[in-house]
Amino acid sequence: MIRHAACDLAVVGAGPAGMAAAIQAARLGLSTVVLDEQTAPGGQIYRGIADPPVRERALLGPDYWHGSALAEAFLRSDARHEAGATVWAILAGRQDGQPPAEAGQDAGLRYDLAYSVDGRARLLHARHVLLATGAQERPFPIPGWTLPGVMAAGGAQILLKSSGLVPDGATVLAGCGPLLYLLAWQYLNAGARIEALLDTTPPGRAWRALPHAWGFLRSPYFAKGLRLLRAVGAKVRVVRGVEALEARGPGRLETVRYRTGGAWRALPADQLLLHQGVIPNINLSQAVGIPHRWNDALACWEPEADAWGATALAHIGIAGDGAGIAGALAAEHRGRLAALEAARALGRIDRARRDREAGPAQAALRRAVRGRAFFDALYRPPAALRRPAGDTLVCRCEEVSAEQVRATARMGCQGPNQMKAFLRCGMGPCQGRFCAVTVTELIAEEQCRPPADVGLYRLRFPTKPLTLGEMASMPQTEAGRRAVVRLKK
Amino acid sequence: MFKRLEAAAGRPLHLTFEGRPLVCRDGDSVAAALLADGHAACRDTAVGNVPRGPYCMMGICYDCLVTIDGRPNRQACMTRAREGMAVERQAGAREIAP
Repeated sequence: MIRHAACDLAVVGAGPAGMAAAIQAARLGLSTVVLDEQTAPGGQIYRGIADPPVRERALLGPDYWHGSALAEAFLRSDARHEAGATVWAILAGRQDGQPPAEAGQDAGLRYDLAYSVDGRARLLHARHVLLATGAQERPFPIPGWTLPGVMAAGGAQILLKSSGLVPDGATVLAGCGPLLYLLAWQYLNAGARIEALLDTTPPGRAWRALPHAWGFLRSPYFAKGLRLLRAVGAKVRVVRGVEALEARGPGRLETVRYRTGGAWRALPADQLLLHQGVIPNINLSQAVGIPHRWNDALACWEPEADAWGATALAHIGIAGDGAGIAGALAAEHRGRLAALEAARALGRIDRARRDREAGPAQAALRRAVRGRAFFDALYRPPAALRRPAGDTLVCRCEEVSAEQVRATARMGCQGPNQMKAFLRCGMGPCQGRFCAVTVTELIAEEQCRPPADVGLYRLRFPTKPLTLGEMASMPQTEAGRRAVVRLKK
Repeated sequence: MFKRLEAAAGRPLHLTFEGRPLVCRDGDSVAAALLADGHAACRDTAVGNVPRGPYCMMGICYDCLVTIDGRPNRQACMTRAREGMAVERQAGAREIAP
């Protein structure tokens, strides 16, 4: 008989939250399996940390190397790390035809995680699930953002961390947020040339962020941020107050056009690296049924979870940036807290011990998020760059334009899900990851409704495209086979 | 275009792209290998038949789809380069073999 693997805690994602949670859970005696898509732990922030091609520490900076100790502790822990594992469904109850046992060693295996490794599907039974799926780049829908030569700045940074690659030729960075300046600084350290940094932070934003300045001034972000801005500003042509951007081809990026003070200018460019912050990666959390809310300060959807990462679903927790953007350090502490809560929910530790052991992580978390409200307010991307118009593509996969979405909204389309039926937007292979927030905001704007009221795509399993062959490769149990054979007759 | 830092570690691997030889480093994804060899585009879209290349490098945008060793629709950024891999540009949607 086929027996699928089983564990107390299944963690999805091996970034800072997932690694820290797994270390903590294993220490508490929970059998822990971490399923992660990448070939090595670290997530995107510590990408390649276990075996980095760039060994010179000063190049990527101390914040990157902080991940090294965490990854080492994770690989040394008793948690099992399954690399290259893409989770595409989380289902309640046993999917293998076995009766849900209430006693014995199978007790409490509430969830099945379906995932693929090298194109072959598998199941993992788990008593508790922790989603640590992290963040993704916020869509940056400008004309020409689909042209070869235009990339997400985070993607370009992954090339540096995991392959030691830097851009060659005329390179323009554009957008707002700390990552853009960090990448510029890392490129300067690596000796790469940057033609210009086009900063889209609206003028006067610092004033609006001022009420949050006290926390920011007391945070480590302040000195670090200042150093970064100074270092980049001294060597790179920084253009402030950029109101609009365009990438021009044909066929491949050749020119970046930008507007400041109402006037358009052009720069020849081989690379345009775009960034306007990150948003939670919610495809799994939404598909599994956790309620989500619109965070207006950050202009994105995020799952509803308490301070322990507990959600409305019993035994499904969520930690790290996937539970709401707070950064890599915070993610680590949130992971630890969620692991303590998992142990409590599974009856391995009592509430008093959970609370006692949570003390250091809670204090560290408070320090880690201090000052974030300031640059959340400072770097909230301007509406014009979140809500495109005209021919600009909103849905990269199905090639649906902003005007198509806006016109359909004006016709009275009820929301993002009906929009799919009209335009197929969000129905391509990326499954809405690069258009969901844009579509919500465009409908909201056209219909003068709050985004929270418009809602978001109903995201479904499988949350990553899957071939029939892959699904058929799932090891079959006798009960499963009998069920299908009966159907055939 | 991207270039490799001189200090970057990794032994060389030999692949082909569209039948032409390409040398990358062990540890590269197929997408990194293509970008380091000067290929910003790796496919033509299924809807508008326009060129696209890697955008997110983390497995979520699906703009880096290529055919690898005859298997279509592989995510170049999520596939580790291996010695001898034959990578082809993905033209539109995959075809199901008869």
